[in-house]
Amino acid sequence: MSFLQQDVPLSWYLILSAILFSLGVIGFLIKRNLITVFMSIELMLNAVNLSFVTFARQWNEVRGQIFVFFVMMVAAAEAAVGLAIIIAVFRARSTLAVDRINLMKL
Amino acid sequence: MHLILFFLFAGFCLAGAINLLLQTHPINSALSLIVVMTSLAVLYLLLGAEFLAIAQIIVYAGAVMVLFTFVVMLLNAGREERTLGSRAAWPIGFPAVVAILAVLATILLRAQGLSAARLGEGLTNAPNQSNLVQLSQVLFHQLLLPFEVTSILILIAILGAVALARAEGSQTGAERTAPK
Repeated sequence: MSFLQQDVPLSWYLILSAILFSLGVIGFLIKRNLITVFMSIELMLNAVNLSFVTFARQWNEVRGQIFVFFVMMVAAAEAAVGLAIIIAVFRARSTLAVDRINLMKL
Repeated sequence: MHLILFFLFAGFCLAGAINLLLQTHPINSALSLIVVMTSLAVLYLLLGAEFLAIAQIIVYAGAVMVLFTFVVMLLNAGREERTLGSRAAWPIGFPAVVAILAVLATILLRAQGLSAARLGEGLTNAPNQSNLVQLSQVLFHQLLLPFEVTSILILIAILGAVALARAEGSQTGAERTAPK
């Protein structure tokens, strides 16, 4: 069966990455919960990682994968600090709705 | 086979991402984000990045999402009230998203010289080396300093997270454990 042996064009991976990034942006815009907004940011980071891996494949260059490795490390650090900030905000305001968190001042 | 696997896991990815947007409870959104990240790991495997696929599962689907679910449960986050975005989102945000997606899709579909990914074929410039060997050769020879600097970054992040999450004016550890 030729269908089973068919290769996937790399542009499909890139389009999937673009769609995931757009869904992350939409989530960032419509979500009203601080934690879900943060999850949408993680979704955008993952979408960009997919395009990095795809381009590493296209150019046969392992540095693209190393870039993803560094993005993962930074994202882990960012998640730890971001969630700590969310806990601090919740403690000060007792709410997670972004509409009610409209002042930098505590 | 590659085509079937690609469509299967790309479909899981998109379904998880759309479910993340549709769910109102944060814990459901977190679980659908785990689905997205795990299917992305399979896509990395299809593209010949084995190390990143495992790292994606361990770091993202494991560590980061455990942190997320832990915070959701800790803060007892309930259902969010459903709104359709802020005032700026409708006139500016959504048209911008559609425009970005349209421009990217046009560019990508017209791009010349993008090759096709064949199953079971990694980066082909060194066919006898595993992905991990290639990656660590570059990482520990040419990029050793950035690699070590990230360990400092993570240390600072840990300290920052502890300092931020600790309740203000709470007792220090020594006072808390001291007998009353």
